[in-house]
Amino acid sequence: MSALEWITQVLEVAVALAAAPVFLGWLNQCRAWLQNRRAPSIWLPYRNLRKLFHKEAVIAENASPLFRIAPYVVFGAMALAAGIIPSMGTQLPLVVSADAIALVGLFAGARMFMTLAAMDVGTAFGTLGARREMMVGFLAEPALLMVIFVASMLSSSTALPVITRNLASGHLGLSPGLAFSAVAFVLVLLAENARIPVDNPATHLELTMIHEAMVLEYSARHLALIEWAAQLKLFNYVCIGFSLFLPWGVARAQIGPLGLLVAIPALAVKLAAAGAGLALIETLSAKMRVMRIPEFLASAFLFAVLGLLVHVLLGA
Amino acid sequence: MMHLPVHLMITLSPMLLVGCVALLLGWTVIGLAGLLRPRSVVLAGRVLFPLGALLGFALAVLAGASLLGGGIERLVLPVGLPGLPAHLRLDPLSSVFLVLLGAVSGGISLFAGGYFRAGEGAAPGLLCLQYHLFLASMGLVLLADDAYSFLVAWEAMALSSYFLVTTQHRLAEIRRAGFLYLLMAHVGAICLLLAFGVLQGGSGLFTFAAMRAAHLSAGWAAAAFLLALLGFGAKAGLVPLHVWLPEAHPAAPSPVSALMSGVMLKTAVYGVLRVGLDLLGHPVWWWGLAPLTLGLLTIVYGALFAAVQTDMKRLLAYSSVENIGIAFTGVGLTMVFAGSGMPAVAALALLATLYHCLNHSFMKSLLFLGTGAVLHATGERNLGRLGGLIHRMPWVAWLTLIGTLAIAGLPPLNGFVSEWLLLQSFLFADGLPHALVNLLIPMGAALVALGAALAGYVMVKFYGIIFLGQPREASLVHAHDCGWLERIGLLWLALGCVLLGLFPLQVIGALGAVTTQLVGTVVPQASPHWWLLAPVPGRPVSYGPVVFLTATLAVVLMTALIVRLTYRQRVRRVPAWDCGFGTLTARMQDTAEGFGQPIRHIFQPFFEIERELPAPADRTPRYRIAIAERIWKLLYEPLARAVERLANTAARVQQGRISTYLLYSFATLLVLLAVAMAS
Repeated sequence: MSALEWITQVLEVAVALAAAPVFLGWLNQCRAWLQNRRAPSIWLPYRNLRKLFHKEAVIAENASPLFRIAPYVVFGAMALAAGIIPSMGTQLPLVVSADAIALVGLFAGARMFMTLAAMDVGTAFGTLGARREMMVGFLAEPALLMVIFVASMLSSSTALPVITRNLASGHLGLSPGLAFSAVAFVLVLLAENARIPVDNPATHLELTMIHEAMVLEYSARHLALIEWAAQLKLFNYVCIGFSLFLPWGVARAQIGPLGLLVAIPALAVKLAAAGAGLALIETLSAKMRVMRIPEFLASAFLFAVLGLLVHVLLGA
Repeated sequence: MMHLPVHLMITLSPMLLVGCVALLLGWTVIGLAGLLRPRSVVLAGRVLFPLGALLGFALAVLAGASLLGGGIERLVLPVGLPGLPAHLRLDPLSSVFLVLLGAVSGGISLFAGGYFRAGEGAAPGLLCLQYHLFLASMGLVLLADDAYSFLVAWEAMALSSYFLVTTQHRLAEIRRAGFLYLLMAHVGAICLLLAFGVLQGGSGLFTFAAMRAAHLSAGWAAAAFLLALLGFGAKAGLVPLHVWLPEAHPAAPSPVSALMSGVMLKTAVYGVLRVGLDLLGHPVWWWGLAPLTLGLLTIVYGALFAAVQTDMKRLLAYSSVENIGIAFTGVGLTMVFAGSGMPAVAALALLATLYHCLNHSFMKSLLFLGTGAVLHATGERNLGRLGGLIHRMPWVAWLTLIGTLAIAGLPPLNGFVSEWLLLQSFLFADGLPHALVNLLIPMGAALVALGAALAGYVMVKFYGIIFLGQPREASLVHAHDCGWLERIGLLWLALGCVLLGLFPLQVIGALGAVTTQLVGTVVPQASPHWWLLAPVPGRPVSYGPVVFLTATLAVVLMTALIVRLTYRQRVRRVPAWDCGFGTLTARMQDTAEGFGQPIRHIFQPFFEIERELPAPADRTPRYRIAIAERIWKLLYEPLARAVERLANTAARVQQGRISTYLLYSFATLLVLLAVAMAS
């Protein structure tokens, strides 16, 4: 474990923290363009965060300490996750201690704290949001795990950097098992990050909202942390997608300044493409009714299991 | 016939074994001491239960020493049948479960010391007797080395726990739950009796040593294993034999529920391991398919039913069903791998099984005791009448939170470790020589993952509805936190959850003797670091919970610090906003039924739902929903009817007149004489 590896490690987290709001800004911009609207500034998420960090925090009288701890835990979990996912380099010291299963566990932990905090004040919206979030989660989480398993079996490891290194060194093009997984992964990504067609990030309509319903009681710095964590989560998911399905450009061996020179622009290009792609999906599809979501996620789960079966059957 | 001398036979110097037996006797004595003053809460609660806890910890230490030593100690006690004295044996497998029994029951006993009070069902002294007999019989089950003492201990365990379950026997529903429990226990015991009958292989020797030596034909060996699986499965709560569990656990007092769920269910896992991997010797790979498929079914079934429960202890009971499913999945995988000549992976799966048993003991006991504290403070078991208790009962709430997060399988707590190990053993299954099983394995991994995610759903519901939100009843404002003995008990179990989560490598090192004993190899440690779990050499697979925790804490604390240093505004407390709705009442929160609604909706065919909706013009609108298991209508009710019909047919011979019975005796005598003459 050299100092350089630790620098990469910290750099990965720092880049994620900095780039996550911009990525969301870019996504919103693309969406506006596709919908023939005038696009908001790409820096808008930053301004929102700054605004929130300068407001007075208002907390419900009957909120327990859990309510105040949760934003920090959720944010911390997402920041840590950014350090585990090989977005730029694969020589990450932390990864030895936390493989992809632990990463899924980390997401699950963040989700659990978020839902518990949503139930803490005891409003109708909070519990409604918590229930829907868990409904999304209990199907999305195993689907994500299955997606990761296909890649793990291909690489004989559950450590994401090892998987990335292995897949990047292989031939171009996906193996059949991984192709099914890719479909499943996109569905999971949309559901887990409260995007259309599962949730609408722009709505405050109680019939449809999931994520927004959970965070209604939060304000100021707590809300800022939660929003930032949500942006980080989107960024993390996109990066997981890159490391499994588009592992090119990531610095594979001992990372040096040279490796980063390739890795950072590669990441930027991939992020730009992913943002545009997500915006396209969100523009082309309509928001589903809440009770249709399980079908959507069940198909994600089935695709993922199918991927695993195909992998086992074909040995590829 | 037996030719063993009926006196103390010492093979190795059985120091530890004698110590263990002495401790079991000590438990019995403590129990009897409770009868001195049966109505005294002070004697039972403040003296005897804590003393029992001490003996529990001592047992854990002794068994732990035996586990680390890895040796086998034997002892023959001059009690039991003529010609079959009680054989006892302390080997690594029984040591693990004895450690589990001692350590977990220690915490539960401490809690029980503060929990049992006068005026609640049976007298405390009597409870103390039943409770400690229950503990001692579980210990004896683990030590028994012949079928006779095993079954005697097994029955003593069932009976003592039956009396504990029916503590409040004045309630009809509790008597019914007790009856169901006893019935299932005996169905299981009959299967075990038959299994041991097959295992002795016609030799007439009922010691386990003789069974190990017996050479059974493939068919008989399979029959013995399947019978044992049925018998132990009935005790463990394997679907479809789990029906007693959600009835008996809520009926029992909470420390007893904790003991039954945390420890007693594990004796069944012990039994399956003992028969399947020790007495039968080398398993045939396809035997493992039975526990594997049943285990997977149990995981999903238990989790689904846990998600729709409205009684907090029933919810935990179904969650136990789910966790037993995980343990049996591990057993099945172990046997499949061991039978396919893959001892290294078999060791990994066995390790996951044992680890999960340890984990579940700690976390489920913690949760059951938490519900016990809530029950005492509020008198409510119904989730629909709880809420907001984190403000009134901070000790219980925060300690239960640890158990909640652990059982949801979140890193770095203990539940994650065993699930991680189990998933790893699934991932390494792709080299199996059987095509069909190779297809089954990914399905298995998917179901385990689904079960883990559903467990998260269940636990959010459990914790959120009991401890968070607004109190759903006005009386909850008077709820009080638990006493100091109860706190120590909860603290110990929570500590167990954390330590088992943080130091898996040390635990696995200690479990090495068991994997050596049962599958002939240990799980290697591919990493030189004490904090890094790397169970497969050659494959870069590792997990370091200490680093994980440190990194998480560092990031969270750093975030908090930075925010604190840079944030210039103050924090104001106001009434909940709720989108400006204004009149927020506790009735607007989700109920337990509401929180389970998505599961009920998605998995509708699984449940038998009876719904009563109010009509629009109803003056007193009432919404009622009852969820039952289809298995009652599909399996148990037809079975019960068939048994009843059979009994009625047989009852025709019972005339109730003495002359008829004399005629029967005479006829029997004649037939016997005829048979004797003919042969």
